[in-house]
Amino acid sequence: MEQLTALIIQKVPALAVAPWAVTLLLIGIVAFIILQFAMVFAGFGTYLERKIAADIQGRIGPNRVGPIGLLQFLADGVKLILKEDIIPTAADNHLFRMAPYLIFTGSFAAFVVVPFGFSLIAADLNIGIYYVMAVTSLVSIGVLLAGWASNNKWSMLGGMRAAAQIVSYEIPVGMALIPAVLVAGSLSTQDIIRSQGGFLGIFGWNLFHNPFSFFSFFLYMVAALAETNRTPFDIPEAESELVSGYNTEYSGIRFGFFFMAEYADVFVVSALATACFLGGWQIPFFNAASLPAVWANLLSLGVFMAKALALVCVIIWIRWTLPRLRVDQLMRMSWKYMVPLTFFNFLGVSLWVLIFKGKGIPQLIASIFG
Amino acid sequence: MVDLVFVLLSMLTVVSALIVAGNSNVIYSAVGLLFTFMGVAGLYVLASADFLAATQMLVYVGGILVLILFAVFLSNRISDSKLSNPTHMRVPSAIVCIALFGLMSHAAVNTEWAVKTGVEYAPTTAVLGRLLMTKYLLPFEVVSVLLLAALIGAALLSRPESGKAACKPDMEEGK
Repeated sequence: MEQLTALIIQKVPALAVAPWAVTLLLIGIVAFIILQFAMVFAGFGTYLERKIAADIQGRIGPNRVGPIGLLQFLADGVKLILKEDIIPTAADNHLFRMAPYLIFTGSFAAFVVVPFGFSLIAADLNIGIYYVMAVTSLVSIGVLLAGWASNNKWSMLGGMRAAAQIVSYEIPVGMALIPAVLVAGSLSTQDIIRSQGGFLGIFGWNLFHNPFSFFSFFLYMVAALAETNRTPFDIPEAESELVSGYNTEYSGIRFGFFFMAEYADVFVVSALATACFLGGWQIPFFNAASLPAVWANLLSLGVFMAKALALVCVIIWIRWTLPRLRVDQLMRMSWKYMVPLTFFNFLGVSLWVLIFKGKGIPQLIASIFG
Repeated sequence: MVDLVFVLLSMLTVVSALIVAGNSNVIYSAVGLLFTFMGVAGLYVLASADFLAATQMLVYVGGILVLILFAVFLSNRISDSKLSNPTHMRVPSAIVCIALFGLMSHAAVNTEWAVKTGVEYAPTTAVLGRLLMTKYLLPFEVVSVLLLAALIGAALLSRPESGKAACKPDMEEGK
């Protein structure tokens, strides 16, 4: 960021009187781009979800607005903005208004460390993964407040369930990401991806590094699915029990915020899984650093988005094929199975890294053949 | 620039702390606490303690504040301020507060603080980890054993009496 500011001031000397304004402007532009991406992805996510759901259930899905219904999400967005924003008289006015913003902030702040490409990242924080865990804890507060402020039994129950679920599954999610951190020796998302490059191609991925990290990927996907409150873990909004859970009383664009946050979460989960286990933006058998900067960024962006979107499709596919769990089954699964398994994995990876000096199975095999 | 950010963050911290102390509705106090925690996390970032800031958010916002909110929601008629937040013993508490304020401002003004100029924003996680595993290993382990004991105790207390309840709800363990 400082280099970019210096470059701009060098090009336009008139700006040298206020370098902080240039920095602020650059930060604003980056934030705007990231926010726009998240918004458009949320819209595209709803379209994808409806199309895949329709295919799975033998229906057609949205096909009226634009070619094959591609502009449906714009129509939905306009509808949500134009609709009346109803605040129930019995609701707590301030908290009811604030809750969607908290959830929205918590979900979207995670995009800061999503590594889109070779050098395409809003801020390569050195606590990247840990930062994501920290900011997403705002979501549980937002969900609780939304449930309580609505002053409605269903909302309240949904909010309580959601918060209990998010708090419980935060532990397995964090522990399941640890193997990638241990192998890379860094919490930064870019460092983790860089550690998965090299001559081995896809076998350089953390997924194939050792048996524990292979298992960890699946544990992460299951736990993260639960943390985003999606089927088969969608008991906070279970339509058949709670109408719509914590967002029952919301309408208009505030309801839209809940939906955007949900799809933003889905993308962040897929992006983190891609970065930590599937090699991120590494172009197989190519060293991105040796390509011209534009091509390296474009190619790596393409590779990253392809992997992340494939995982998004898997998450949607799971939602429309599995029934949902019961509340007690959900809690039992978290505390009796997921947490011990992730702890076991943590121990296993630590020992592996210690014994084999950080080398993975593919590297060990490669070293046998010289 | 940094000074401006510092002023804004401290204002956020202090104003929301005043809301925590002064508001008659417990829920609003809890929400005020959320912004206090966020302000303090921001101050940590300014002091180049990024790991500490994230831990602050994770533990206090994601854990402790959620527990506080659970406790508040589960109590009945919570928004009735006469029940939830009554004021007792104004004179003694005012004396204690003024005395404490005097003591702390005296300490803050008269202590010779080690001032460090030109703070560099270097990664702290590696150093922290090394210190926790070498110099501070014993305190670290003692604290973890204490927390584990608290965890087991909570699980034991929330367990229904054996024999009385044949079908115990598994949900209890999740709390």
